[in-house]
Amino acid sequence: MAEPARAKPKPTPETQHFWDGTQAGELRLQRCDACANVYFPPRPFCPACGGRKVCVFKASGRAKLYSYVIHHRPVPGFTPPYAIAVVELDEGPRMMSNIVDCPQTPEALELDMKLEVAFEKLDDKITLPLFRPAKG
Amino acid sequence: MRRNQVAVVGAAETTELGVIPNVSQIQLHADAALNAIADAGLKLSDIDGFATAVETPQQIAHYLGITPTWVDGTSVGGCSFMLHVRHAAAAIEAGLCKTVLITHAESGKSNIGRTPRMIGPDSLNGQFELPYGVSTPASMFPIPVLRYMKTHGITHEQIAMVAVVQREWAAKNPRATMKTPITVEDVLNSRMIAYPFRILQCCLVTDGGGALILTSADRARDFPRKPVYILGTGESVETPMVSQMQTFDSSRAFRTAGPLAFREAGIAHGDVDHLMVYDAFAHLPLYGLGDLGFMPHEEVGKFIADGNTRPGGKLPLNTNGGGLSYMHSGMYGMYALQESVRQMRGIAPAQVQGAKISVCHGVGGMFAASGTIIFTNER
Repeated sequence: MAEPARAKPKPTPETQHFWDGTQAGELRLQRCDACANVYFPPRPFCPACGGRKVCVFKASGRAKLYSYVIHHRPVPGFTPPYAIAVVELDEGPRMMSNIVDCPQTPEALELDMKLEVAFEKLDDKITLPLFRPAKG
Repeated sequence: MRRNQVAVVGAAETTELGVIPNVSQIQLHADAALNAIADAGLKLSDIDGFATAVETPQQIAHYLGITPTWVDGTSVGGCSFMLHVRHAAAAIEAGLCKTVLITHAESGKSNIGRTPRMIGPDSLNGQFELPYGVSTPASMFPIPVLRYMKTHGITHEQIAMVAVVQREWAAKNPRATMKTPITVEDVLNSRMIAYPFRILQCCLVTDGGGALILTSADRARDFPRKPVYILGTGESVETPMVSQMQTFDSSRAFRTAGPLAFREAGIAHGDVDHLMVYDAFAHLPLYGLGDLGFMPHEEVGKFIADGNTRPGGKLPLNTNGGGLSYMHSGMYGMYALQESVRQMRGIAPAQVQGAKISVCHGVGGMFAASGTIIFTNER
């Protein structure tokens, strides 16, 4: 029997571009043509001004650690203790993620530490954006 | 909404609280409802307005055998009942109904007849939070805490004191689940659940319920209990995704609903004799004190650590013991309202002598929603 896997996202028409992006090794965000607001999660209009003219662009993948917990309870697909983090992208929006290539300890996980995106392929359709300490 | 036009005339919890393996969730609703109706000296047929959360209004209304002409199924998490009180007060004032019953019950521990809560993999939560290993509220609700601590200079010991002080209140309450005194060291050495929070900073998991009955203040004088008037109300929602809160150093839902209620009540913070802030986890009273405007967030940790919210302190907070020590069946807001009503009636186990104004502030989801009710016993 296979190991229990982590919960897998199922894209919708409005989020498909995001998941296509991660599969292609890109973290894609959206920007409003009218007010230049950059936002997440995906939707085909700007939540700041309501404008429907928005574009998709490739984000830098750079972020910093905004906050986290280190979860000690069992969850399918995870080996506790593991950090559940919220990262702040250089472009502004925040997203939940996990921090990889880093000990899952309060000492190693310093708030505001610089991070970069690291893609983890779950299957042929879904690749998750995770983050690791930025190099250099 | 106008002040003091509507009053609570019936209030009761389920006959038992804690672990109730022999009663289903729907029957817990009925038990609380029948207790509140008896408390108000009414009959089921007197109820013409009905509100509940999680379960649908039709489910509980039919089970009870009532025929409402006004219903509210607002279900935004544990503060849903604060929103029900606000909506019911508006409906009574508008003449849509005369006597409103609000029920909550949850078989949170025993899981008997409980409505399942599912998050679909194609929902926004399912796509952008669940894959990162969130599960129970304990894995989500404390996510903002480290940022809050860093921004406002709050210490682990200060947050631990929230649990210590609430246990002091619980010790005075025969119906509290946990009454044994604890220390800051006990809290900081208890089992780690989701760093920075340990088990004594997480709410209990219990079974129970509660119900309220509201009517116009003019009718309230004819009821057997001392009326408790609605002085001010506020509500708001923010986001079902904790990761998408505007910031982590404050709750937008809190600072929208809370000040709205204060403005409506026309009171200053110094007028408040008694305060309830829904404490699913130990950081919520800190956010509440700051976002409701009692003091800057930078001062809340010291305020609690210095003992200002403990028995005999100048701002009695969570005087039933709270979700941390009294009970928490899943949607605790109803129990916070019950304690505010008891304090305003003058019958609380840990009664604040002479209290005239009680502020009751609730949270729904992980800072997803908020409702604030300000009560008074003077008209």
